[in-house]
Amino acid sequence: MLLTQGLACLRGDRLLFKNVEFELNAGGLLYVLGENGSGKSSLLRMLCGLMLPESGTVFWNKKPIKEESESYLSNLTYIGHLNGLKDDLTALENLTMSARAAGNEVTEDKALAALAAIGIERCANLPARVLSQGQKRRVTLAKLWLSEGKLWILDEPFAALDIASVSILAAKLGEHLSSGGMAILTTHQDVAIHAQSTQTLRLSE
Amino acid sequence: MNGAWMTVLKRDLLLAFRRRSDVATTLFFFLIVSSLFPLGIGPEPTVLSSIAPGVLWVAALLAGMLSLTRLFAADFADGSLEQMLLAPQPLTLLVTAKVLAHWLVCGLPVVLLAPLIGLQYALPNDALFVLIISLLLGTPALSLIGAIGAALTLGVRGSGLLVALLVLPLYIPVLIFGAGAVAASQHGMSAQAHLSLLAACSLLALVLAPLATAAALRISVE
Repeated sequence: MLLTQGLACLRGDRLLFKNVEFELNAGGLLYVLGENGSGKSSLLRMLCGLMLPESGTVFWNKKPIKEESESYLSNLTYIGHLNGLKDDLTALENLTMSARAAGNEVTEDKALAALAAIGIERCANLPARVLSQGQKRRVTLAKLWLSEGKLWILDEPFAALDIASVSILAAKLGEHLSSGGMAILTTHQDVAIHAQSTQTLRLSE
Repeated sequence: MNGAWMTVLKRDLLLAFRRRSDVATTLFFFLIVSSLFPLGIGPEPTVLSSIAPGVLWVAALLAGMLSLTRLFAADFADGSLEQMLLAPQPLTLLVTAKVLAHWLVCGLPVVLLAPLIGLQYALPNDALFVLIISLLLGTPALSLIGAIGAALTLGVRGSGLLVALLVLPLYIPVLIFGAGAVAASQHGMSAQAHLSLLAACSLLALVLAPLATAAALRISVE
């Protein structure tokens, strides 16, 4: 369970948001909405612990994430704006190595299956350098098929994806939520995701 | 946990292998800088062998620094650094894997090349041997200390120069003991004291530098 209390974010001398509070339980989906520059990405980075909040605390299973960092991080899968792909590695190498570096035991077959699930197995042996923006995004998102984490935090997961991939990803998110997972995502697109409970958090000044 | 550490090491080595030209730059720099001195100073063997320890050590030190800015910069730019910070494994451990990869790619080749260069300086055999040992013991400290500087200057404009200003003063003890070891053996004394201190520098850096680097990375990513 993820809970936040009184989160505030200060960038420079501008207060992006304050008093952000929500509670996310198993099966719950949270949309973070807001204009460009309203602090959506900052909020997500804060929830991951990459950024320290100006005030407030993030709790995982009722304990602050700083104290629970190992169990929290092993349950967390974060996909940010940056894809984290190495241009000189192939799509398959990128996927297996990033999953292994995150502590997941991944075989090459599993990774290939994940690439196939998001429809990009043709590019498995191409260096990431030659892939298009959307293809790179899909290689990054394939990590979700290998993830054993309960909490997915996704920053604009649908950006740059084609229509078919959007529905594949939405179905995967639905499956994750129905098996007791949690997801937090920002998006500007209207995508139907099946969830037991859906909340919306609107960031505005 | 081991798996993640090995993966980070393997990935960095594979990337270095795919971008061999970057590695070659470091080695060529070392080769050329240390070959310029005999050309500039002249072929007098006594002069050359007396400046050899200092010149070779300074050249090795500068060559190692050339590649320091690349240690975390690419990971920072493409987002893999964020993912490394979010791995359940302690960041300090993953940092040691990256530093080890950097040393294997930029430090070890310099160590192996050094005796060849030493011949240009008319170094006697036992001094050549001490030179290899001193570089072997000292260059890990250079990579470890350099990592702190590289982490602190991530995302800063003109980081190359800034790394040099931050890190070079910290290299002084390593340089003194390293060059001192070779000079001692040239003068017929035992190099053991210098080598022990050099090993102590590396061990101390191994314990403390990853902690400082990890803290600096967290600040830089925020």
